[in-house]
Amino acid sequence: MTGTKLLMTFPVTADSHTLESYCKRGGYATLEKVVREMRPEQVTKEVAASGLLGHGGAAFPAGRKWGVIKLNDEQPHYLCANADEGEPGTFKDRWILEHAPHLLIESMAITAYALQVRHAFVYIRGEFDLPWRRIAEAVEEAYAAGWLGESIAGSAFSLDIVVYRGAGSYVCGEASGLLTSLEGRKGYPRNRPPRLTVRGLYQRPTVINNVETLANVTGIVRDGAAAFRKVGTAKSPGTQLISISGHVQRPGVYEVEYGYSFAKFIREDCGGVLGGLGLKCVVPGGISTKVLTAADIEPLTLDHASVAAAGSGLGSGGMVVVAEGTCMVRFLQVLVRFYHHESCGQCTPCREGMGWMHRIVDRIVAGEGQLEDIDRLLAISKANDGTTICGMGDAAGYATVGIIAKFRDEFEHWIKSGRSLHEGRLEAANHEWLREAVPHG
Amino acid sequence: MKHLVAEFDVLRRRFPAGFESSLVLPCLRRIQEDRGWVADADIDALADYLGVPRIQIEEVLSYYTQFRRAPIGRWHLQACRNLSCSMRGAEGVIEHLGERLGIGPGETTADGRFTLSTVECLGSCGTAPVVMVNETYHEDMSPERLDALIERLAS
Repeated sequence: MTGTKLLMTFPVTADSHTLESYCKRGGYATLEKVVREMRPEQVTKEVAASGLLGHGGAAFPAGRKWGVIKLNDEQPHYLCANADEGEPGTFKDRWILEHAPHLLIESMAITAYALQVRHAFVYIRGEFDLPWRRIAEAVEEAYAAGWLGESIAGSAFSLDIVVYRGAGSYVCGEASGLLTSLEGRKGYPRNRPPRLTVRGLYQRPTVINNVETLANVTGIVRDGAAAFRKVGTAKSPGTQLISISGHVQRPGVYEVEYGYSFAKFIREDCGGVLGGLGLKCVVPGGISTKVLTAADIEPLTLDHASVAAAGSGLGSGGMVVVAEGTCMVRFLQVLVRFYHHESCGQCTPCREGMGWMHRIVDRIVAGEGQLEDIDRLLAISKANDGTTICGMGDAAGYATVGIIAKFRDEFEHWIKSGRSLHEGRLEAANHEWLREAVPHG
Repeated sequence: MKHLVAEFDVLRRRFPAGFESSLVLPCLRRIQEDRGWVADADIDALADYLGVPRIQIEEVLSYYTQFRRAPIGRWHLQACRNLSCSMRGAEGVIEHLGERLGIGPGETTADGRFTLSTVECLGSCGTAPVVMVNETYHEDMSPERLDALIERLAS
């Protein structure tokens, strides 16, 4: 067991996502109480006091983000749930969208009340079909039941929610790229300042929170900040949905109380490495976080401070388990190919740098690498860090630097000998339908 | 596009006033669902309807991976090749699909039934490898399950 649960508190059944089931679990009672009895500032105060951190990757305190919004400033404010879950290895928000869509809607309504928002949006990635149908149906149900629309629960508070579908772009998961996309344009991120809470959607103050961040709001307002703080650690209160995949025995989405043992989580809760193989390394929080070796994770706990102290981050909770015998050169090749594919092309260091990195790693894999290529990859990573509008250039660099720092020998081996130290393998060595060995290099 | 205008009017009323520009993506998605791809005539008609510059629609169409400017096969098989899928055999999946259909990624079978594409992370890493067929995810794929899937789609 992975500690106290705040979100995965009910058994998933064929109809647990419906309004009827949600109301039987006490759904929308908190919203009713909020709009009838609380002032908007009280709600924000409670969320700020809870220490709720952003769950999209950056772990920025939600209360601080909300605090920037000035109530009664005589302009519209907007709220957007970031459901553009696209960081490879991350599939946790899908769980909320598919199984607890009304929890997200109730939480968004409470948040909208706190921030004096009249129109809110759920920006969901275009490939998500079932999650989109679930949240779109839930929005319709909520309208029909009077939990959205005019005069909610007989109060003066009205809210409309639009579910907006992306159309295939990693960069649109970045908050400002998301807003540009929501304005119906190509998803170019924007320079800050001004912050999006000052000038966001159509230049109006806008709060964008990750789906999981918002989903926690109902519980915090219902049970109070103090109760929330009893869960997790002092610096990372609450829980984290961790989606785990790769060479792991039991992949899936797990709710983990912050502070839980990293190694125990993989070994016991997730059944360890596939087929009992040894653990080579772990991507802790989405591919843009630095890999940690089996030895690195042994003393760690699953909270932001602990994983950050080891030089990485818990990021978006997208964990990828890597078995011994996996080729880290080809591992990096998959990552840089992805970053190259997804670079929006707006900033020169990322647009050019991603292509360079991709071609260099391809060249190493083709057996035509030079030893200097390793330092070239590091130099490009460094040149990208902090020189682009959004964090994608930096992220590609973190991933690259992390892999080379731990597994430089594999790159040197391939360059010197013209072949992989691990037969170019990405599947686990015991993969049941491993294709015919393909010569790599 | 003209026959979709009534639907677009409904959609428009859901957004706050002044959000016409935001309707570019949802309208294009609906047009593509309807025609299978987006034609020049659609761009003109949509630019007119929303009062947005034609170039904005062109940019959106070229920027996002899900929009198409030309027809494709009846079944669009999109195999994920990102990290978690590759670690669970995605390269084998793509090879197998290519051999079975006699086409490479980006190509359509001569009978117009199947188009094969590779895509980056579909957000379904826990059930890798994943192949998206039109709108639907098919998870935990293996050569046997791929064969069964193709047979079902071909019949």
